[in-house]
Amino acid sequence: MTLMDSLAADSRPWAFLRRLLAKAGLSGRGLVIAAPMLWLLVFFLVPFLVVTKIALSELVIASPPYAPMIEWTKGGELIVKLNFGNFQFLFSEPLYLNAYLGSIKFAAISTLIALLIAYPMAYLIARSGERTRNVLLMLVILPFWTSFLLRVYAWIGFLKGNGVVNNVLMSVGIIHDPIVMLQTDFAVYLGIVYTYLPFMILPLYANLVKLEDDLLEASADLGARPFMTFLTITLPLSLPGIIAGSMLVFIPAVGEFVIPALLGGPDTLMIGRILWDEFFSNRDWPVASSVAIIMVVALVFPIMIMRSAQDRMEEKAK
Amino acid sequence: MAQAQKQKHAADTRPWRDPNAIPFVRIEAVSKRFPNGVLAVDQVSLDIYKGELFCLLGGSGSGKSTLLRMLAGFEAPTGGKILIDGEDMAGVAPYNRPVNMMFQSYALFPHMSVEANIAYGLKRDGMAANDIRSRVEELLNLVHLPGYEKRKPGQLSGGQRQRVALARSLAKKPKLLLLDEPLGALDKKLRERTQYELVKIQEQTGVTFIVVTHDQEEAMSLATRIGVMDTGIIAQIGEPNEIYEFPNSRYVAGFIGNVNMFEGVVTEDEPDHVRIRCAETVNDILVPHGVSCAPDQTLWYAIRPEKLQISRERPEGDANFAYGLVDEVVYLGDLSVYYIVLESGMRIQATKPNIDRWDEENIRWDEHIYVTWEGAAGAVLTS
Repeated sequence: MTLMDSLAADSRPWAFLRRLLAKAGLSGRGLVIAAPMLWLLVFFLVPFLVVTKIALSELVIASPPYAPMIEWTKGGELIVKLNFGNFQFLFSEPLYLNAYLGSIKFAAISTLIALLIAYPMAYLIARSGERTRNVLLMLVILPFWTSFLLRVYAWIGFLKGNGVVNNVLMSVGIIHDPIVMLQTDFAVYLGIVYTYLPFMILPLYANLVKLEDDLLEASADLGARPFMTFLTITLPLSLPGIIAGSMLVFIPAVGEFVIPALLGGPDTLMIGRILWDEFFSNRDWPVASSVAIIMVVALVFPIMIMRSAQDRMEEKAK
Repeated sequence: MAQAQKQKHAADTRPWRDPNAIPFVRIEAVSKRFPNGVLAVDQVSLDIYKGELFCLLGGSGSGKSTLLRMLAGFEAPTGGKILIDGEDMAGVAPYNRPVNMMFQSYALFPHMSVEANIAYGLKRDGMAANDIRSRVEELLNLVHLPGYEKRKPGQLSGGQRQRVALARSLAKKPKLLLLDEPLGALDKKLRERTQYELVKIQEQTGVTFIVVTHDQEEAMSLATRIGVMDTGIIAQIGEPNEIYEFPNSRYVAGFIGNVNMFEGVVTEDEPDHVRIRCAETVNDILVPHGVSCAPDQTLWYAIRPEKLQISRERPEGDANFAYGLVDEVVYLGDLSVYYIVLESGMRIQATKPNIDRWDEENIRWDEHIYVTWEGAAGAVLTS
C-alpha cells in the first residue's frame, strides 16, 4: 500500500472503527464471516448439543423430565452418566424404523412428483419473455404471503367429505358419493407437493434461465430433435438445479409434522408425528431427543453426498 | 490425381462468372419481418456457388446474422424462398438441413469433452463408435488439436475453443457451413493466423462456406466473394477487389477501407470522358471514361488514400489535383498517413509507402503541398 492509499483509506469515516477493530485483532472481513458462524453456533450447534445431552439421559418423572448427566456425589465423586438405552430402544422397536422409512418414502415420492411438476413450469418461466417471467415468478412466490398453516387448513376445506372438490364433482354428476380424500396418504402427498413446490421451482428456474439458446440451437443444428436435445443438453446441464431443488424439498419433507398431522390419517406413519407424540403425549424427552438426533444424522450424510456431487458437477461445468 | 484435381479447381474457381453455372444456394427475394415489426432482411436475392467462401459483410443491424440464421433454419423467412442444392428449405427443421453452423459464441457443450462435442452430430446420425473415434481424430488433426479428446471446453483457450467449434461443425461433412463471426472473439495475431487456416481448411474440405462478419479486413482476406449488407438489403456483391476498387455506392466505398469522398457536379458529359466541377478540390476532376448520369447531376468521386500522390511541385494541367497543408503525419512503419487540409477546408488522407529507411526529403507536417491523382484511380458514384 502506498502512502497515498493509506492516507485515502484513513480519511474514510469508518477508519476510526477499523483501527479500533484492528487493535482487537479483527478485520472487517473476519467480522462478516464471523456473524453467520456465530448465528449457527448459538442457534444450531448449542441447541443440538443440548438435545444430544437429553438423548443420553434417563427418563425421570420430574421437571424437566430427565435425569442430570453430570452429578457430584457427596463423597466428592464426579459421575458422568451416558445412557444409550434410548437409542437401543429405538432400534429394538420396529415402530420407529417404520416411521423413519415412512418419512423417507413420503419425502422421496413427494420430491419426485414435485420435480415432475416443477421442471416444465421452471422451463416455461425461464423461456418466457422478461415481463411474463417476472409475473410468473411472482405467482410462484405469492402463496408465501399467506401463513403455511392457513394454507394447509384450506386444503382440509377442499378435501373433506363435504368439501369443495367433492361438492363440485357431485353437482356435476361425475360421482354420487363423496370420495374419501382427507386423512389419506394422498392428502399428505398433495399437501407436501403443494407446500414445497416453490422450493423446487426456484432453483430449477435459476439454473434453466442461464441455459443459453446457442447450445440448444447448436444441438438442433447437429441433427438432434428437440427431445434428444432435452435429454443430452438441457437435462444434464440442469442437474445442479435438480439436486438443489430436490434437497430443498426432501429435507424438510422428511421431518414434516404439520401436513401429516392435519391431512394424514391415523396410519400415516411419519417421524415428525412420532416425535410430537413422544415429546408432548408421552413426555419422554430422552426418547424424543434420540429420535431427533437419528433423523439429523440420517439426513446429514445423504446431504453431504449430494452437495459434493453438486460441487463436482459445477467444477466440471467450468 | 492431385494434378487433375488442381486443374479442375483452377478451371472453375470463379463459377459466378459463368452464366451457365448452377448456384448451390439460392436465396430468392427473402425477407424477414420480426413480430415486433422490425424488417431485418428486405427482399434479399443471392446466389452462392459450390466451393465458395462467401462473406456477408455488414455492420450491426444490417441483417447479416438474420440471413444466416434463416439458412440454418433457426428463423423462418416471412417472404421469399431459400434453396440449398436445389431443395426448398421452407418448413425444413434445422436438424434435417444439410447445413451446419459455427456459432459466434462457439456454443460448445460445457458438460461434454472435446471428443463428445465433436462426436455429437455423428452420434445423432447413428454412426458406429469406431468410425466416430477415427473421424474425431481426423478432425482434431485437421484443426491442429490432436490429443485434446478428453479436455473439457472450460480447459481450453479461446483459440482452441474456436478450433473445436470448427471441427464440430465440419464433423458431419455438411454441404454448406455457416460461420457466424468465426474469428470475432480472437485477438489480432491469432485472428490473422486462423484466417489463413480457415481458408486452407475450406480448400481441403471443399465445403461451401458462408461467413458473416463485420470486419472488412477479415472479409477481404477470406472471401471469394463479398456481399455487403446495409439495413436489410444487399448493397453490393462482388469479389474483394471489385468491392474495394469499384464500389457501387458511397455506403460500400465508405464501409470498406478508407476513402476520400469529393462531391461535385457534371460539367462535361462525353462518351470518353467526364468533367466534374468540385468545390472541395477547387480544381476539376477529369475522369477518362463515360459515366451514365444526367447533365448537372450531383455525383461523388471516391478515391482511396493510397491512390493519391503528394508533391511539392505544381502538376501540369488544370484537373485532378488539389492544393493543401499537411495537418498531420502518422507514421505506421510500413507506410505513413498524411492528413491534408485542402484550400476548401476539407480534410483528406493520403498514404505513402516508406520505401526508404531514411529520407531527408520526406514531406513533413505544416508544409504546403499538391495532391494529385490519376483520373481513373477513383470511382464515380451516383448514389
